[in-house]
Amino acid sequence: MKTTLAVNGRTFTIDVEPRATLVDALRDELDLTGTHVGCEHGVCGACTVLIDGEPARACLIFAVQADGYDITTIEGVAPAPGELSVVQDAFCETHGLQCGFCTPGMILAAQALLRSNPSPTREEIVSAISANICRCTGYGQIVEAIELAARRLAGSNAEKRP
Amino acid sequence: MKAAPFAYVRPTSVAEACALLAADEDARLIAGGQTLVPMMAMRLARPSLLVDVARIPELIGVTETSDAMFFGASTRQAAVERDPRVGRSAPLLARALPWVGHAPTRARGTIGGSVANADPAAEIPLALATLGGAILVRDGAGETEFGADEFFAGPMMTAVPHDGCVTRLVFPVWREARVGAAFAEISARRSDFAYVAAAAQVALDADGRCARIAVGVGAATPTPARLDAAMAQLRGSRLDDAEIRDALAPAVGALEIMVDGHASAAYRRRVALTLATRAVAGARDEARAREARP
Repeated sequence: MKTTLAVNGRTFTIDVEPRATLVDALRDELDLTGTHVGCEHGVCGACTVLIDGEPARACLIFAVQADGYDITTIEGVAPAPGELSVVQDAFCETHGLQCGFCTPGMILAAQALLRSNPSPTREEIVSAISANICRCTGYGQIVEAIELAARRLAGSNAEKRP
Repeated sequence: MKAAPFAYVRPTSVAEACALLAADEDARLIAGGQTLVPMMAMRLARPSLLVDVARIPELIGVTETSDAMFFGASTRQAAVERDPRVGRSAPLLARALPWVGHAPTRARGTIGGSVANADPAAEIPLALATLGGAILVRDGAGETEFGADEFFAGPMMTAVPHDGCVTRLVFPVWREARVGAAFAEISARRSDFAYVAAAAQVALDADGRCARIAVGVGAATPTPARLDAAMAQLRGSRLDDAEIRDALAPAVGALEIMVDGHASAAYRRRVALTLATRAVAGARDEARAREARP
């Protein structure tokens, strides 16, 4: 079935079976393998992408349903090739990742939080990542990373894009 | 796992959606899909055709009259959560929404989908049933209004016919000056299915007596259970803690409680009483904090 996906500012027309989830289409049709596949039934959050700016499970929506929506994946968050976004950089600096499997989802959840709430409380950060499971870090450094990114964005004169 | 093959269609009107359902007995509606897609991934559901009603304009949006709020069935839960009118006019729904799944599922999940799915543990059906709301359902023959008490038939079972589509939810609006609401729930972990949930909304008169009350229990029962006898007993009272417990204990004692591997009936009944008591007290406290109109 012909479907148009708008991903990271580019438009792709693909031909997929209706049963292909958005995450499978991103990975298999568009080679955007930064979005990870964990549980495939909406529990782990590894496949989190932004749909029209809001975090959503790419395994809980078929690609045909996402036709025409504005989709952001982890490949779309850095300002330029070879660079990191403020949030990505903060994750590196605070050791907010170990194996990295949950990291794309965590970063997109954090980006969406900081875009709508530039100075979140610790509780709001915990709530924003509560839909994403991490089995390595114990979450402490992930929360620190998001706090650091929020401080840096608040203190920067540059573009306030997380 | 991956879903079994199916066909997909995105009609532009409810009439078209109903006709597509009528023509295929294995067709199913999908809106947000936050329950249906995992069911399909686990192959517990294998529809032949998915009829996507998520973008049908007549199913999206919130309107308000003097005594009711109307929610288009495909309105996303996150959009309802952000709507400032909901906290004012349907405070119990506003209290319930943060308990529904988590933010990423509320971004896609719809308010009508949750009601049509009729999971006993779901929060939106509990809020709707507690307030004595209604559900509008369209099928080939026209539109029918069901009271929440006649809509929910059992776990995952409703009065919606195969070719029917939930179009709107009707939440009663309480216009008293002093209204409070509270929602309480217990589950194994944040955002997981509730073992027990309780919802309450209270209106106090200028003297602090209970002018109107709604209280219900969900998740422990096959369908959301409004505690009518307790409500009748508490109307006109001061809603002090002992009065609340005395009224709720026999009402909760009379409920048909479900048992599964997670929790016994005795545990669920005990927790239902505790959470219902907390919900009524929380709603009362919120109402007390509001100024009586001079």
